[in-house]
Amino acid sequence: MELQFNADEIAFREEVRAFITDNLTEEMKQGMLRGGYLIRDHVIEWQRILNKKGWGVPHWPVEWGGAGWSPIKQSIFTEELQLAPAPRPLSFSVYMVGPVIIEFGSEVQKKRFLPRIANSDDWWCQGFSEPDAGSDLASLKTNARREEGYYIVNGQKTWTSYAQYADWIFCLVRTDPTVKKQMGISFLLIDMKTPGIIVRPIQTIDGGHEVNEVFFDNVKVPVENLVGEENKGWDYAKFLLSAERVNLARLGVSKERLQRARELAARTPYQGRPLLEHAGFRTKIAALEVELKALEITQLRVLSAEGQSHGAPDPASSILKVKGSELQQATSNLLVQILGPDALRRQEDAFDDWSSMITANYFNWRKVSIFGGSNEIQKTIIAKSILGL
Amino acid sequence: MQDSLVRLLQRSYAFDHRRKYEAAAPGWSREIWAQFAEIGLLALPFTSENGGLDGTPVDTMIVMEQLGRYITLEPYLSTIVMAGGILRRAASTEQHESISTKVIDGSLIVSLAHAERGTFGSPSRVGTQAVRSGDLWQISGHKSCVLHGDSADLLIISARTSGAPSDAKGITLFAIDPRATNIDIQSYALHDGKSASDIQIKEVLVPDSALIGCVDDGFRILQSAEYETLAAVCAEAVGVMSELHQMTVDYLKQRKQFGVPIGNFQALQHRAADMYIALEQARSMAMYAAMMSQTDDKIAIAQAVSSAKVQIGRSAKLIGEEAVQMFGGIGVTMEFKAGHYFKKLTLLEQFLGHADHHLELLTSGPGLFELE
Repeated sequence: MELQFNADEIAFREEVRAFITDNLTEEMKQGMLRGGYLIRDHVIEWQRILNKKGWGVPHWPVEWGGAGWSPIKQSIFTEELQLAPAPRPLSFSVYMVGPVIIEFGSEVQKKRFLPRIANSDDWWCQGFSEPDAGSDLASLKTNARREEGYYIVNGQKTWTSYAQYADWIFCLVRTDPTVKKQMGISFLLIDMKTPGIIVRPIQTIDGGHEVNEVFFDNVKVPVENLVGEENKGWDYAKFLLSAERVNLARLGVSKERLQRARELAARTPYQGRPLLEHAGFRTKIAALEVELKALEITQLRVLSAEGQSHGAPDPASSILKVKGSELQQATSNLLVQILGPDALRRQEDAFDDWSSMITANYFNWRKVSIFGGSNEIQKTIIAKSILGL
Repeated sequence: MQDSLVRLLQRSYAFDHRRKYEAAAPGWSREIWAQFAEIGLLALPFTSENGGLDGTPVDTMIVMEQLGRYITLEPYLSTIVMAGGILRRAASTEQHESISTKVIDGSLIVSLAHAERGTFGSPSRVGTQAVRSGDLWQISGHKSCVLHGDSADLLIISARTSGAPSDAKGITLFAIDPRATNIDIQSYALHDGKSASDIQIKEVLVPDSALIGCVDDGFRILQSAEYETLAAVCAEAVGVMSELHQMTVDYLKQRKQFGVPIGNFQALQHRAADMYIALEQARSMAMYAAMMSQTDDKIAIAQAVSSAKVQIGRSAKLIGEEAVQMFGGIGVTMEFKAGHYFKKLTLLEQFLGHADHHLELLTSGPGLFELE
């Protein structure tokens, strides 16, 4: 296998970089630098720019708008977006519900939803977690009973990111309470405008509003919004979660942070000279770079092994999730430390640039080792699926 | 060749075999060495015009990983990778005929004698002196921790021919016969079952034909060979780690306490998963070091091997210490093999600079991602 990009891949990287430079507005870039919250208008606008170029959903099959790239090219593309940094694609749409509809949805669902996802015409959110179903997701209780061409949904979802913007929610619901918990779950697509849905914001420790509780009170969902077969939803959810895991290394995000740490340290005086010149600091940054380089090579190995975008993800992708989240958290903490006393201030307008958001971002990013299957869950996957324990 | 090597090791390098090889002089198996020669292993890094196989650092990586899996005792790293790397780069045609050919057929063991006591961290610090004496060179000084010095039929020795003690320029390489008079070799066992020697050289005279490469130009060659050796050490450590990790996981499935296999306990499952992550991260960096060693960019190579050694050092420590802990009492006995794998990892971690040393080297270079 090759651990370095070939000429074609390097040329591709240049092409992606040039396109980003020509199309990414300064406002979008600053929005990303200031903390990484999705800004609704930016996400939609940028998705449409990419989609027009044919790059909106490059990992999808070509017939639904995919670019036909190798896994390596897809990862180059993702990393370049992260390095820019450009608005993150809405993963609930393009990485989660889109691939599930492609793999398991009906022709009608594909035609109805996929082009709108690719163009960000609909904003999707994810209805999986519940107050009593976190890591033990299959114990979820939100139920759907079938009645005259509809499912009647009752229950509560939580940690629903950006539900406040959402047009649609894809939900795991219990359709058969009498069987083993994994066997009675179905995958429903629900219009957020349906009567009986209430969204309640949850404020996180950084002071922001990203996640929500979503309540369902006798919500009527047409049966044609069931994906695949009734009671097979757990299989579709596993498919979705493993695809999500691959995406969570977010190497470009950590690389961009390390680059920023170097820049910030170069203009931060400490004991009379730039912090970047101090051996202790340089050692710290070098140690993180080594881990990041190792993860980059591991990701290339996992991608090469998968060979094609729709293969079942290697359980080794759990390494990407664990190490990727640790590095995102470590690099965000590094930025806090560089700020020194300036890191204490809470006001967003305390500085005129992105550094005002650093500490809040560090608080916010404790989430990355919790969501998408917590790191403990990932270690259990490694222990069971790879080590056979 | 990889398949032949795997078969050979499976057949002849069970832990009981290894114990026998270690117990009898010279502390490794000449029979195995002859079989290494037979399957072409000793010819690997030499060029085809000198009877070699034109092997790349990636080929060496594959071999070293296998040798690590069985914690082999033979002088492959010292004779083939280190000394061989120097011969390939600097030996004259005559020297290839008189030295390399015999290394390849297995009849000559060569060791590099470069490091001296107190020079760790200063690779260009050479106190051993070589001065002109008529047509000859007169060499005096001492060398420390020369791997397999007691088995060596030939030593490649670094000596200062000009410049200050730490100058990169002014170091020259000589091939000398360790049995010459005025050479005193004190050998000792290492913790991994191999041996090393401290060597005193008193006014030893050698002719110009003993020069390997050009006068004053030895450091460049030493450094390139050292980078290659570092990449090989990383690969060897990956072999040791994967075997030790597998051994540990097997034990977790088999050892019962409280009526169940201890691998049922989540506390141990997650630690075994952490070991696996450390192993795969180390494997990635060993691959990276080997691949980068094939390029011509010296700064990039130095960065790659140092960053690999940092990762290997950290992974080796975690896997070694955790494995011993999970084996419990038998992990700290001489009788059982796990402890020997742990010791091997500890030595590889220290050899040619531990993680902190290489981290220190990295801080003086450009960032790892600034080269891209």
